[in-house]
Amino acid sequence: MSQNSSQPMLDRSDERVRHDDSLSAMARGFIDRVRSGDLGMLPVAVGLVVISVVFSALNPIFLAPNNLVNLLFDCATVGVISLGIVCVLVLGEIDLSVGSMSGLASAMVGVLWVNQGWPIVGAILAALVVGAAVGLLYATLYNRLGMPSFVATLAGLLALLGMQLYILGPTGSINLPYASSLVRFGQILIMPDWLSYTLALVPGLVMIGRGLRTRTQRLAANLSAQPMRALILKAVVLTAALEIAVFYLNLGRGIPWMFALFIALAVILNYALTRTKWGRSMFAVGGNKEAARRSGINVRRIYMSAFMLCSTLAALGGILSASRLASSSQQAGTGDVNLNAIAAAVIGGTSLFGGRGSAYSALLGIIVIQAISNGLTLLNLSSSLRYMITGGVLAIAVIVDSLARRSRVSHGRA
Amino acid sequence: MTATLQNAPAKGEPVLRLRGVSKNFGAVSALTDIELEVKAGEVVALVGDNGAGKSTLVKVLAGVHQPSSGTIEFCGQQVTLDSPAKALDLGIATVFQDLALCENLDVVANLFLGHEMSPWALDEVAMEVRAWTLLRELAARIPSVREPIASLSGGQRQTVAIARSLLLNPRLIMLDEPTAALGVAQTAEVLNLIERVRDRGLGVIIISHNMEDVRAVADRIVVLRLGRNNGIFTPDSSNQELVSAITGATDNSVSRRAERKSHVQENHGGAA
Repeated sequence: MSQNSSQPMLDRSDERVRHDDSLSAMARGFIDRVRSGDLGMLPVAVGLVVISVVFSALNPIFLAPNNLVNLLFDCATVGVISLGIVCVLVLGEIDLSVGSMSGLASAMVGVLWVNQGWPIVGAILAALVVGAAVGLLYATLYNRLGMPSFVATLAGLLALLGMQLYILGPTGSINLPYASSLVRFGQILIMPDWLSYTLALVPGLVMIGRGLRTRTQRLAANLSAQPMRALILKAVVLTAALEIAVFYLNLGRGIPWMFALFIALAVILNYALTRTKWGRSMFAVGGNKEAARRSGINVRRIYMSAFMLCSTLAALGGILSASRLASSSQQAGTGDVNLNAIAAAVIGGTSLFGGRGSAYSALLGIIVIQAISNGLTLLNLSSSLRYMITGGVLAIAVIVDSLARRSRVSHGRA
Repeated sequence: MTATLQNAPAKGEPVLRLRGVSKNFGAVSALTDIELEVKAGEVVALVGDNGAGKSTLVKVLAGVHQPSSGTIEFCGQQVTLDSPAKALDLGIATVFQDLALCENLDVVANLFLGHEMSPWALDEVAMEVRAWTLLRELAARIPSVREPIASLSGGQRQTVAIARSLLLNPRLIMLDEPTAALGVAQTAEVLNLIERVRDRGLGVIIISHNMEDVRAVADRIVVLRLGRNNGIFTPDSSNQELVSAITGATDNSVSRRAERKSHVQENHGGAA
């Protein structure tokens, strides 16, 4: 497939490297990567298949279009929180207070908007600003006082929960008006069919467009390029999968705008992590902090950006969950929200050890987590059992992460 | 290839001048009143026993550690090197002994770390081309620049670290044990490179325990001992002189061993 020109390409002069150009060779390369512990999205794919088979066998409603639409609504709230978790995990740090932060944000919206009569935009902005401020506080504690993020955010978990209870006061729960745009956004608003079909075409088109541009640039610079056939095959498979998914969901209510917002945030974060200097610095700091510092990266600012982003996204997730439940209550953000957000990132392939991860891991991981939770709810299992099962799934995800990491180290791909 | 430097000091002008630089770690004085001058187009070798303060001095100049006292002049101006970024911006590039590479990133990402092309939409193609050209200049045997550093051997990693120091067109390059993990061909290539860099008019500081390498490229040999200056030598000074300056005694295990040998055959000193 590659051009056998007389002078070798810049990156093809070493005869020791195998180049996987044909489709069969690409499959072989994929198997090699998985064997060496570079699992990528494989655990998620396997997990989703197992979950769908098991739950639809136990209760056929699980795969009904409208149940899946509900699933997407639920994914968006914790998913947004999980995006922030990806940022801190990439640095090898953790934020254990995202649940409380989301609860505080939902309480703030309820109190400021419904009780104090603030305009809704003002209440949302205030909650987001508090989120950013909390992240700034964590970053300062970490950067200036060397306080481990684990401890700082554990303290934050309690303190923020306390603030949530304090501002909600004795009533403990505020109902948000059903007719408001915020609640409609969280419960009803659905993308028109034609728009969802059109948007499902975009990833494939972008993939081909960018692939073609990179290919021309690389060939012009005398570098090898990915074969056209593979690129088109990938784009076609992706587009077909997305269109089928959209078609199936449109048999029910359709695609929630709230889920579209979540996807948009994931795409933006993915771009920032993979294609900007900031993202490169994030991975560098997560891989080797001292090396990053000596390369002239402002390590403190990187930590600050990650902690602030995480808390702000947690606040946004809290606002979305308030709109989903049409209430701000003492229960918001408690229970399994924290763990679900962290588990989603890890299940999707972001390493707890830092230096590896992607925004899409939050997207895929949260679908797995919510599918399990949704399936268990359909089976009318009590929350005691649900907690145990979700805890077990998280443990398995972390075990897979640890084993894959060990395998990567022994294969020289840490 | 390399852009000509603006207001760079002409050959023979001092690039770097240290006066009375000291560094204390608590009660330990790692460096005491160090005087050092590096001229443009000159290779200065820094030698000394383990714990003589060579690496500490390099870290002070790289902005990793701040000196406790003393002044640093760079290109005729007094500077404070309070962060690695500051040192890099001034044009001081460093190859650290531990290489300071990120194992989870690939070769291109490591080369350009902190100085990526087009920060808001990374230009991967241009960076990859530049990476290959740089590595080719160093005659490096890197199979693929898209593999994570973790998959490279020690020598390959060292080559990547050296290539990275050249990327920013610095005025002064410091190499801490640059040939420690290198094979025969790569060592020769690095020594050639040091000469090429010197001919371009850059100042070079090289730290090495290998006297053969030091003699091969150095214009001056500065000896440190227990954190103090202990003499400046030319490459044609005898091994005995250097060793006694490094160890601080004319009678020591090295000189006794050398003497025993010289009874058997005449000692050849001083490479060309």
